[in-house]
Amino acid sequence: MTGGCATLRDRGAQAATRARPATGRAAHRQVEGRSLFLLLMALLLVGAMAIGLCVGASGISTADVLLALVRDTGRTHDIVWMLRLPRILMAALVGFGLGLAGSVFQVVLRNPLASPFTLGVGSAAGFGAVTVIIFFSPGHHLIGVAVGAFVFSLLSAAVMIAVARMKQASSETMILTGIALMFLFSALTSLFQYMGTMQQVHEIVFWFFGSLSRAGWREVGLAAAMILSPFPPLLRAAWDFNILIHGDESAASLGVHPKRLRMWAVAAASLITAGAICFTGVIGFVGLVAPHITRMIIGSDHRFLMPGSGLMGGLILVVADTVARTAWSPQVIPIGIVSSFIGVPFFAFLLLKRTREYW
Amino acid sequence: MLEARGIIFAYKGHKVLDAVHADVERGEVVSVVGPNGAGKSTLIKCIAAIHKPQEGAVRIDGKDPLVLSRREVAKQLAYLPQSLLCRFPVSVFETVLSGRRPYFSWRPSRKDVEKVEQIIEALALSPLATRDMDQLSGGQRQKVLLARVLVQDTSYLLLDEPNAGLDLRHQLEILETVAALAREKETGVLMALHDLNLAARFSHRILMIHRGRIIAEGTPFEVITGERIREVYGVEAQVTRSNGHLNVHVLRCAGEDPQTPAHGL
Ligand SMILES: Nc1ncnc2c1ncn2[C@@H]1O[C@H](COP(=O)(O)OP(=O)(O)O)[C@@H](O)[C@H]1O
Ligand SMILES: [Mg+2]
Repeated sequence: MTGGCATLRDRGAQAATRARPATGRAAHRQVEGRSLFLLLMALLLVGAMAIGLCVGASGISTADVLLALVRDTGRTHDIVWMLRLPRILMAALVGFGLGLAGSVFQVVLRNPLASPFTLGVGSAAGFGAVTVIIFFSPGHHLIGVAVGAFVFSLLSAAVMIAVARMKQASSETMILTGIALMFLFSALTSLFQYMGTMQQVHEIVFWFFGSLSRAGWREVGLAAAMILSPFPPLLRAAWDFNILIHGDESAASLGVHPKRLRMWAVAAASLITAGAICFTGVIGFVGLVAPHITRMIIGSDHRFLMPGSGLMGGLILVVADTVARTAWSPQVIPIGIVSSFIGVPFFAFLLLKRTREYW
Repeated sequence: MLEARGIIFAYKGHKVLDAVHADVERGEVVSVVGPNGAGKSTLIKCIAAIHKPQEGAVRIDGKDPLVLSRREVAKQLAYLPQSLLCRFPVSVFETVLSGRRPYFSWRPSRKDVEKVEQIIEALALSPLATRDMDQLSGGQRQKVLLARVLVQDTSYLLLDEPNAGLDLRHQLEILETVAALAREKETGVLMALHDLNLAARFSHRILMIHRGRIIAEGTPFEVITGERIREVYGVEAQVTRSNGHLNVHVLRCAGEDPQTPAHGL
């Protein structure tokens, strides 16, 4: 043996005599950078929501909006409190939920192409919601719609888990299954449309366009409950997700129960998806792109990636909604379309640039 | 002592391990050798409590890993899989740090970070610390994964072909590190190895398995003989001894015409 292969103790001793190694400092800076990123995203989101609140088709001045927030000023007060505020909150919540659910689906299925929509979970939730709207119309209750959406999103998520568990189910297999599910549930929804009454068809179409316009306070409240309540337990499992990245067996050897984790995390992400979908319709894309954009900027530490993806999703949707309401005013462009227009170029830019050294 | 007794394991009715036993004392290096598909990885997974054997028992210092919590097991026993996935960008530092996971819940302590720094330094990985895992060569990646197992700070290590696919120097470096660990920290090491020469050189004892059964066990000189190599691997080999080292020269596939050129193992 040559002298090149020093023993562990030699090298450890060398390390100890040096100053605090650069690796630790670099890692520390990374963590600080990521916290800063989250703070920045939160500020951007609040800022975007404030701007969104101040602009709109009715052309109320910023001063009037601010006044209406604190005092009853009649029509302006109603517009701000009954239309704009719930709508903007809904956009932020839905974006947050889709981004968060996307990051969870991606890590538990270890599949960068996973998202609420590519897995068919979104379409399934949509179908569930539509079913309730049709069969219990006109007396359907909000909670009924939410439950319908959740049950069907769970169902499709269960199919995805089963496929993922099958030996050597590749990314492609999973995504193809997801697309098949998506088509299946879209077809079923279309069938309902075909058979439904005029009134029902109207409701479905309205719903399916991906619209924030019907968001009222009750909807916001229920969506918030469904989207935010799974967040703390998911966040608490952040390190388990970090470990799951390297495979089930290595995760198991580090104290994680991969199957158990996958089960409840997918259920949680399905609940979030159902909450995001059931009152706003199908808003795709954000759930796929927000986690990727965030990951490209701050990496895959889920302590930061999950909240970061949520904030990124919220930001994209709030900006998209503001653009959708004002670009073609008084026409409102469907939010799904605008969010794609905004997200795609940003995504493409990061994809081509692909550096994350600056954090 | 880490011990497995009477392990029987089948994948969906297809029996892979048939009453296999293994034991490792602290400070001891034991290699499991045998041809592809012999059941080496499966045995290691059964001991690591990743697979639950249909029959037989594993004891870590007398305790049953299936009764302990996974986290408790992870503090006693570290496992290096044969292959690891990585589809998302994770830095070398983060990867190694995740080996400390059994010891913290949200924020790694200062001690955790220091341990990681020390190991990274010791394995000469510092220049790579902030790089992503997918930007490393196979040898570098394997070293990072070894570092991750080392920071886990366990009494026993299970390594599944830790030097597969590496060049000579990396192979030696990894095995030297493992040997040093056993010597200096009294870690008990059980590893699957392909290279009989390296297995002989770095192990106190060798376990040879074939078709899910233990064919031989003992010191390298006891286990690795020309006859067994012919029987288990189906190749003619000459085993010689020089300066206390065992050398296996592979000659040719057994039963073939001696004139045809020999293939590598
Ligand atoms: N997940 C699995 N499902 C079914 N059979 C498996 C699985 N893993 C391994 N096997 C089979 O078990 C046998 C032993 O495999 P393994 O323990 O990986 O062998 P080794 O590591 O010695 O090459 C092989 O015949 C292999 O085909
Ligand atoms: Mg193997």
